Amino acid sequence: MNDEIRQSEGSVPPPLLIRGGRVIDPAAGLDGCADVLLAGGRVVAVSPHISDGQVPPGARLVRASGLVVCPGFIDLHVHLREPGHEYKEDIASGTRAAAAGGFTTVCCMPNTTPPNDCRAVTELVLRRAAEVGVVRVRPIGAISQGLRGEALAEMAELKEAGVVAFSDDGRPVMNAELMRRAMEYARMLGLPLVQHAEDLSLSAGGVMNEGPAATRAGLRGQPACAESVMVLRDLELCALTGARYHVAHISTAASVRAVREAKRAGLPVSCEVTPHHLTLTDAACCSYDTATKVAPPLRSEADVAALKEGLADGTIDCFATDHAPHAPQDKQVEFDRAAFGMIGLETALPLLLRLVEERVISLPDMIARLTSRPATLFGLPGGSLRPGSPADVTVLDLQRVWTVDGTTIRSKSRNTPFVGWQVRGRAVLTVCRGEVVHDEMGPLPTAPPAPR
Amino acid sequence: MAFPHRHLLGMADLSPQDITQILDLADTFLEISTRPIKKVPTLRGRTVINLFLEPSTRTRTSFEIAAKRLSADTINLSGSTASTVKGETLLDTARNLQAMAPDVVVLRHSASGAAHLIAAHIDAAVINAGDGMHEHPTQALLDLATIRRHKGDMARLRVGICGDIAHSRVARSDLIGLTLMGAEVHLVAPRTMMPPGIETLCRPPGRVHLHDALDEVLPLVDVMMMLRLQSERQSAGLFPNLREYSRTFGLGPARAARLRPDAIIMHPGPLHRGVEIDPAVADGPRSVILEQVTYGVAVRMALLYLLGGGTVEA
Ligand SMILES: [Zn+2]
Repeated sequence: MNDEIRQSEGSVPPPLLIRGGRVIDPAAGLDGCADVLLAGGRVVAVSPHISDGQVPPGARLVRASGLVVCPGFIDLHVHLREPGHEYKEDIASGTRAAAAGGFTTVCCMPNTTPPNDCRAVTELVLRRAAEVGVVRVRPIGAISQGLRGEALAEMAELKEAGVVAFSDDGRPVMNAELMRRAMEYARMLGLPLVQHAEDLSLSAGGVMNEGPAATRAGLRGQPACAESVMVLRDLELCALTGARYHVAHISTAASVRAVREAKRAGLPVSCEVTPHHLTLTDAACCSYDTATKVAPPLRSEADVAALKEGLADGTIDCFATDHAPHAPQDKQVEFDRAAFGMIGLETALPLLLRLVEERVISLPDMIARLTSRPATLFGLPGGSLRPGSPADVTVLDLQRVWTVDGTTIRSKSRNTPFVGWQVRGRAVLTVCRGEVVHDEMGPLPTAPPAPR
Repeated sequence: MAFPHRHLLGMADLSPQDITQILDLADTFLEISTRPIKKVPTLRGRTVINLFLEPSTRTRTSFEIAAKRLSADTINLSGSTASTVKGETLLDTARNLQAMAPDVVVLRHSASGAAHLIAAHIDAAVINAGDGMHEHPTQALLDLATIRRHKGDMARLRVGICGDIAHSRVARSDLIGLTLMGAEVHLVAPRTMMPPGIETLCRPPGRVHLHDALDEVLPLVDVMMMLRLQSERQSAGLFPNLREYSRTFGLGPARAARLRPDAIIMHPGPLHRGVEIDPAVADGPRSVILEQVTYGVAVRMALLYLLGGGTVEA
């Protein structure tokens, strides 16, 4: 619905010729120098050389030599905070942050006020996205009414209204019976069920990962098994129901092991990992910087190593940021009292490029986990540059060194521990539906250049 | 020798030299406390704010007496009068204090890291008087002062600490301080109250041993320290009941008899008589519990002196 409104109302953007970049389109098995032509909101052609004669009149030219051209990034897990918490973020600011990070589709979690547990809220989110969103917004519907974990939300109607998955994210579904019924419904509707895996009886009161760092800091820990106990329970229910089960922000070695074995056994299970769980360990919490307080918590070095192993062997399907904006008043308090979560859309790319540098995964692998993989998991358009695909494209400068700076963040919130970090790699152009939504390349000339 | 720290947030920030400097100064101030007129003009015109956002009569009184004996102006703000309870954040409280330009802020707070938060936002020296389960450095320093008085050099001394290690800031600070000074620490706790990785606080590594039986530690140690057991740990399910805890981990006369003859018995207070320590042991000849309290004032005088703008004479 979102797209339809946009397409019928918006003025048609001029065609775009992206010339001479290294085009990486994992879905098409493509990695090489090529030109990409976008027109009418679609990818028209990708080929080693698009001749001037093929370029429609009025097209703009993007000189991409030395840059990487890939499908627009897709984030399965963000919190846009609208409706209800617009002081932290709203659809306009959150999608601007997404565009700046190279994302052209974000899936927003239902823990808003009111929560997205019925058609009216889904429609509201989609309408606001059509009005003010700069990238595609796909809502995730609640599993339970009011996210209370007691009774099923109107899952069938939510699907009709446009949700792409179900989750009570932020709150795990503790009741196994309810989870079973939710999985049966999700199976019937053909949509994935996303679990924030945390056994609340084990994690209760914990504000960081249990272990030596928590002991040193004197902060209450959540044991790693609070996550894997829930994952293991859910995998049993997944086997029982056949539902597509997706573990949100997987963070522990035991969870990765459980998913790996379940995949071997043929269960329809998938999982995502955040850039921050791959970059930081629980030692970061010892500074009491509340930006490091996230759920699930930053884990041990051994867990981080297991996550990387899970990426390398394909156990972990994709990246997701769990972009969770919070205002200063939610964070500039005692660590115990601070809200859980950090923003992530604008720093995801450079943090993930470190994995390529460390040779954990290849660059095309990394891009696949930001594009084609998440698209397939949630059945989303995009994720590929094959002709006919939506004109969602991101152009990356892998060499660009920049410093994460609180004053230039597009999100309304600044809750990131990466402020001050010097990082490498940046989205310099983001195109969504054929429209330039983020541009650090300056005014684009007309293509082909007028003959002299 | 100038004291190389602006704040005292935890024992983890101190070197053995820093600790020796504080303890030596505390011994000097202990002497002043025995004079008929127990006041020196050292901090005249300086302002010390005692911000106690978690109830504590003992530590607050100790700091107050210490500041007054140094002639500082002292203001006490406690949980009931400070505005944090009215919804003001700790940071707002800190900024308000800053506007009054105090020289030292002494903070007691139920959240770990609270002293770090305040220290990052005000100019005054901050003394951590206990933050959550993190650290209680002035308690550790007064414990070290008391132990040094009785045992001299702390190198290779064996110190037992028994009780709820997991929730104890005293245990953490003592462990860091004692091992820094060369002692060997034996921690005793039920498995439910022994925090994972506690041995990583020990500096240098290897000077700590973990036990779940008090009886195996008693014959080994020169100092036995018992920690207060808070009853709310029972409702949290960390032990079955006080009676059983007391039988298993309490220090009664029979157990105390198994200590070495020259061993001393310590407790950071307040005592939970009949639970972790029997009254006969607490009040017995080997108990140095009240000396700890006396040293508390002297150590806090030393710290206020070092951090409160008084420069140390060469
Ligand atoms: Zn979550």
